[in-house]
Amino acid sequence: MSRFVGRHGRGVLGLFIASLVVVAAGAAPLLAAHDPLRSDFAVGLQPPGTPGHPLGTDQLGRDLLARVLYGARVALFIGLCCVLLTAVVGGLLGLLAGYFEGWLGAVLMRVADVQLSFPFILLALTINAIVGLGLRNIIVSLSVAGWVVYARVVRGEVLSVKEREFVHAAQALGLGRARLLFRHILPNVAPSIIIVASLQFAQFIVAEAAISFLGFGVQPPTPAWGSMLSESRDYLYVAWWLAAFPGAALALTALGVNLVGDWLRDVLDPRFRV
Amino acid sequence: MGIGYTPGVRAYLLSRIGQTVLVVFLSLTAVFFLVRLGGDPVLLFLPMDIQAKDLDEFRERLGFNDPLAVQYGRFVGRAMRGDFGESLRYQQDALGLVLERLPATLHLAAAALLLTFLVAVPIGVLSAVRRGSLFDFFGMGAAVLGQAVPGFWLGLMLIYLFSVKLGWLPTGGTGGVLHFVMPCVVLASFYAARMARLTRSSVLDTLNEEFVLTARAKGLAERIVIAKHTLKNSAIPIVTLAGLDTGQLLGGAVITETIFAWPGLGRLTAQALLNRDFPVVLAAVFIFSVTYTLINFGVDLLYGWLDPRTRRQRVRA
Repeated sequence: MSRFVGRHGRGVLGLFIASLVVVAAGAAPLLAAHDPLRSDFAVGLQPPGTPGHPLGTDQLGRDLLARVLYGARVALFIGLCCVLLTAVVGGLLGLLAGYFEGWLGAVLMRVADVQLSFPFILLALTINAIVGLGLRNIIVSLSVAGWVVYARVVRGEVLSVKEREFVHAAQALGLGRARLLFRHILPNVAPSIIIVASLQFAQFIVAEAAISFLGFGVQPPTPAWGSMLSESRDYLYVAWWLAAFPGAALALTALGVNLVGDWLRDVLDPRFRV
Repeated sequence: MGIGYTPGVRAYLLSRIGQTVLVVFLSLTAVFFLVRLGGDPVLLFLPMDIQAKDLDEFRERLGFNDPLAVQYGRFVGRAMRGDFGESLRYQQDALGLVLERLPATLHLAAAALLLTFLVAVPIGVLSAVRRGSLFDFFGMGAAVLGQAVPGFWLGLMLIYLFSVKLGWLPTGGTGGVLHFVMPCVVLASFYAARMARLTRSSVLDTLNEEFVLTARAKGLAERIVIAKHTLKNSAIPIVTLAGLDTGQLLGGAVITETIFAWPGLGRLTAQALLNRDFPVVLAAVFIFSVTYTLINFGVDLLYGWLDPRTRRQRVRA
């Protein structure tokens, strides 16, 4: 029992926190008593504990609890879209680059080198500044900046898996390339893809918030945690709660997802390091 | 050079320099085309309230009426001489502006890196040596938390506590040692957390090695076993991560410098992106990628010192 707790305790805690966030996002309309976008100037900047507004209100009198809850939707949606996009595109490119070594692999790894010679957050920020603001563009920017990790990891794995005996055996049996790649090689590199995805998920959510915080990315009045924190800077002297709660929600989400990611890595592949 | 100078080293250095030049060149090219693909560059370069006839004049003057290939050739030619054009906002040489702001960022990053080492390595080593103790539990708990708490939120909360409530620290800008405290803590928190965890697992790996057993069997004091036999052998993953992180620190500086009004390259870059001041963006990209590759090069040289085996491998490769 205690061995189970030692090995899986953090995973359970992570899953618990992550499911809290998922429930908050899913049930936001039920949990929030107010519309996150409706402003009411009569009750601006009310502190937490005000009747009807448990977390207080912002400068426009919008209910902070509702905005934090709906913010979970925005964060999870962006995180999920980015992880799916990068896992599919990066995974596929890595698979092809590893299997057909030649020029495709060489070109891909050069592109990866260039991308990796740049801090992730700065790359995503630059791309976002150029392609433009808004929800769709932030997803595109983060994905373009983030696919490299999958491509690298998957390519490395494929290079070793394809020399294993069962692959040679399948080749000898005359299997088609597509079947070989997707039925025999892909399942063997899938754990790595899952590990990278779980570790990247929190990174995407935090990066989105950071970019929105700087004034790019998701724009007001959409209740995204990053842009809420950005707006809160002007009111830091009078309304601490505007900065405290959206940031705490963001940190809690990242914590839950990271714990699940660490646990998955321990369970699926103890030797794995990103 | 004197010691260890062989043709292998020279070939290695040349190929590294070649790689660096290629990476810098490709990243500049990518940004150049991204900017051009992002819509009418003149509209990107100029304020929104510009008149139509001024637009054409600017287009002609900045050379945007030429074919893309000609523009690109001109850009490369100028960039090789360090000329990225004039900042549209500050009306001064873009590269000069970037280089002027670089020291502030390097000071901040160096201080943050130092703080990271000073905090993370002792915590990681002690957690490994006293595995399963309360210290290990709280140390690693703090590290997991530190990795999850976003720097810019931590920054806001620190400003609220230490500047607004207590009035102990300045909210931002530069000046004395006090100005360094919060930006450093914010910049270092994430990396220190990660490095503490990696140090712990790396030391644990090394403690399982046979030479540690031998050292203990010889009757050496545990302090010496840890300090002389374990630490240096645990250092390679830590140095790798530190190298990667130093580059990421430069990215983190974009956010930290914005929060604390730190007059460095990161804040300049964020402002240049917001103001669509693309000559400055290109110059910043140039300096970022050069700095980053230089750091990685330095990390590679450190490997050779930490683990002489990698020297021979590298020369053979």
